Amino acid sequence: MAKKLKKVDVVVVGSGWAGGVVSAELAKAGYQVVTLERGKKQDRQDYVGVKDELRYTDRYEMMQNLSPETITSRVKIEDTALPVRTRAEMMAGTDLGGGSVHWAGATYRWRAIDFELRSKTIERYGKEKIPEGMTIQDWGITYDEMEPYYDKWEKTAGISGEPDPLGDKRSSDYPNPPMLASPAVKLFKETTERMGYHPFQVAAGNLSRAYTNPDGEKLNACMFCSYCTMYGCDFTAKSDPLATVIPTARKTGNCEIRTNSLVRRVLHKDGKATGVMFTDTRTGIEYEQPADVVVLGAFSFTNNRLLMLSKIGTQYDPTTRKGTIGRNFNGQFNITFLGARGYFEKKKFNLYMGAGALGGTMSDFAGDNFDHSNVDFINGGGIEMRQYGDGAISTNHVPSGTPKWGPEFKKNSIHYANRSLVAWYTPAVMSWWHNYVDLDPTYKDEYGDPLLRITNRYTDHDRNMAKFGIEKCSEIMKEMGADIIDEDEVPEEFDHIYSGGHYAGGIIMGADPETSAVNNYLQMWEMDNLFVVGGSAFPQFGGHHPTSTIGALAYRAAEGVEKYLNNGGQLAEAKQKTLNA
Amino acid sequence: MTEPKPHEDTQKGISRRNFMKNTGLVAGGLVGGSLFGGLLTNQLQKPGAPINSETEGSHLLEARTFFSNSEDFLILSAATERLFPTDDLGPGAIELGVPYFIDRQLAGEWGMNAKEYMKGPFLQIGAVDAYESQADSTQDQGPNAETQVPTPAFRYQTPMTRGDIFLEGVQALEQTAQEKFETNFRKLEPQQQDEILQMFDDGKAKMNGVASTTFFNLLLQTTIEGAYADPVYGGNRNMEGWRMKEFPGPRMSYTADIEKEDFIVMKPESLRNYQGH
Repeated sequence: MAKKLKKVDVVVVGSGWAGGVVSAELAKAGYQVVTLERGKKQDRQDYVGVKDELRYTDRYEMMQNLSPETITSRVKIEDTALPVRTRAEMMAGTDLGGGSVHWAGATYRWRAIDFELRSKTIERYGKEKIPEGMTIQDWGITYDEMEPYYDKWEKTAGISGEPDPLGDKRSSDYPNPPMLASPAVKLFKETTERMGYHPFQVAAGNLSRAYTNPDGEKLNACMFCSYCTMYGCDFTAKSDPLATVIPTARKTGNCEIRTNSLVRRVLHKDGKATGVMFTDTRTGIEYEQPADVVVLGAFSFTNNRLLMLSKIGTQYDPTTRKGTIGRNFNGQFNITFLGARGYFEKKKFNLYMGAGALGGTMSDFAGDNFDHSNVDFINGGGIEMRQYGDGAISTNHVPSGTPKWGPEFKKNSIHYANRSLVAWYTPAVMSWWHNYVDLDPTYKDEYGDPLLRITNRYTDHDRNMAKFGIEKCSEIMKEMGADIIDEDEVPEEFDHIYSGGHYAGGIIMGADPETSAVNNYLQMWEMDNLFVVGGSAFPQFGGHHPTSTIGALAYRAAEGVEKYLNNGGQLAEAKQKTLNA
Repeated sequence: MTEPKPHEDTQKGISRRNFMKNTGLVAGGLVGGSLFGGLLTNQLQKPGAPINSETEGSHLLEARTFFSNSEDFLILSAATERLFPTDDLGPGAIELGVPYFIDRQLAGEWGMNAKEYMKGPFLQIGAVDAYESQADSTQDQGPNAETQVPTPAFRYQTPMTRGDIFLEGVQALEQTAQEKFETNFRKLEPQQQDEILQMFDDGKAKMNGVASTTFFNLLLQTTIEGAYADPVYGGNRNMEGWRMKEFPGPRMSYTADIEKEDFIVMKPESLRNYQGH
């Protein structure tokens, strides 16, 4: 029997950018909030002086312990899914601040066309451009409507950047100037500019100067120490929830943050959520937290699984293509981030220096910035050259043809340690009827609840897009003066490696309750007082890194929760059926 | 050749060339160093403070705590040396302490798969084997590709822990040596050892429970980790792995150097130096 806690206005599940922003905004507005985080308590002090590549990068210190729970994965509907057992294969951030603490910092707004991808594609290229079975849809919100939320999140996070010359309209500049450019970044920018493209500095959550955000939180200037992606920042110079929204929520006095609190069910009665049930993972004691509004702001997998375990909404069924829970799984896996690596004989770069989002990028092949009439795919992606700051263990790039071990490997891996750069394409990922999530029939977590099952396979569309990106990156690398260029190969199929955290969809946004689970305030169509926030809401994946879109959606959702608490009811009008495959 | 050298030998083994290289710092190296200078100086002033692994006593950390059979450990050592051999660039796996690094990793939570999903059923389906043999290409992809271990990934589908796989693996190396050359793995010529290791790499050697590629991939991954992880884990002895790669170890700031065109060689510093207590 669960121990019942005192009722609050809002219970929020998760403490990353999604749950953290919602918690801070509602606490600031005076509502009583309880935020539940499955991982352990931590703060910025936990990342001072822990620059240890083995522990964080290779042993995945900041990732979920998979021993109690993981996911299962398969390619085709007729396959048996297998559990993804190791943290080398399945990375999902955990602990207070969630995956938003170990992020690199690369910040991009998604493009106007991303939010209206279906209708704009049809408008420009005709209905035939969208292949049968591709289930992309409009978000039920436009870029112009999203813009104020992007702006707000960028200011909270102190993003340091310069505008994308080919970007959509902004109401203001980034709050901080771009980071310094290393010689490698300069080489990329100068080369692509010479080629007629429009490069700019990657906008960064690594701050270019000391900054105080509108909530009064102080961040420091990044020192390019390179222990960034996969780490918490040593200097509070990378924007994350531990440095921003979590202290903001706390200092209101209205938000109780409980760690080691694994939410296992959304409780509901007569079509209304009544609260959540969670287990304290230290003691095993079960609690019930009643609330007027429940916000799921956890990782996309957790948002999906909680709705399924709680039997809320209708599970998507690929054979009928009906149902909305689990629909349109999408994300960036091994067919994305492909490009070309160049080896330079005459030039050594200080590649052990860097920062998560230090880099050059360009949007000439993103969104609809180029004509798609003669290519066999839609949408596009950025091309990036990043200087993360290389670790000694992970830097063993050798030209193809070098054996992967033995004397020649040793010689080449050392010779090229500071002589190779990579440019890659970050393509958008379309949704398909056969890619979805549901509960696994066989594998269970430590409480006996079924694991989440991912079904994901690639199409010729994905392969065409990847090939296009590789060719463009290879041309750039050649112009940059590389002596040897190795192009990535386009993989035949999904490899079941969940690396990088860009996994999304399942509880998607839209204007039509037949094909979407949440409206444009992230409010469930089927349950007015339940909001589901995060990457789980992406109907398809945009052609850039996702973090700022999650931050912006969280501000949108917080506004929605407040509206609901004031007036109740559905906040968006359901539109007539979209034309869907 | 195949036996791990006692630590004392390694001290003397630092070559004149490396010594010259490591002390011949360019000016830029001093910039990074000076930021931490105060802290370092304080450490040096503490009598007997063990601030790096060159000081007396650190060899006491080198003993087997996972492999109970010394022969298994020596086979492992010989194999790692072939994957990462001593050459004119610098020390190989044994001199870097890689075998002890691996031994310690296997004795801990990673070797026991403490944070991995180990519930059944364990299906050994065709797709898994196929996956393992074509797994090389997965390493360079994804938003965090730059930070991933540069060894092949594979789909882990066995109830065996990594520790179990290593024990089976080193015994399978010996078994294969006996079958192919009728002698001990350790007594083979380096080229013969390479032939056997190649069989494991190709998934062509016999092993219980997992494909030989699975063991080989773990062996290669941990060998590279042992060469380049912070010395606190028992490998990268005296930071010689970092010196070879011109890697400076953890530093506070590169703000003054990030825009510089010339390559800067810095004397490496360890996590111990960085934490400074």
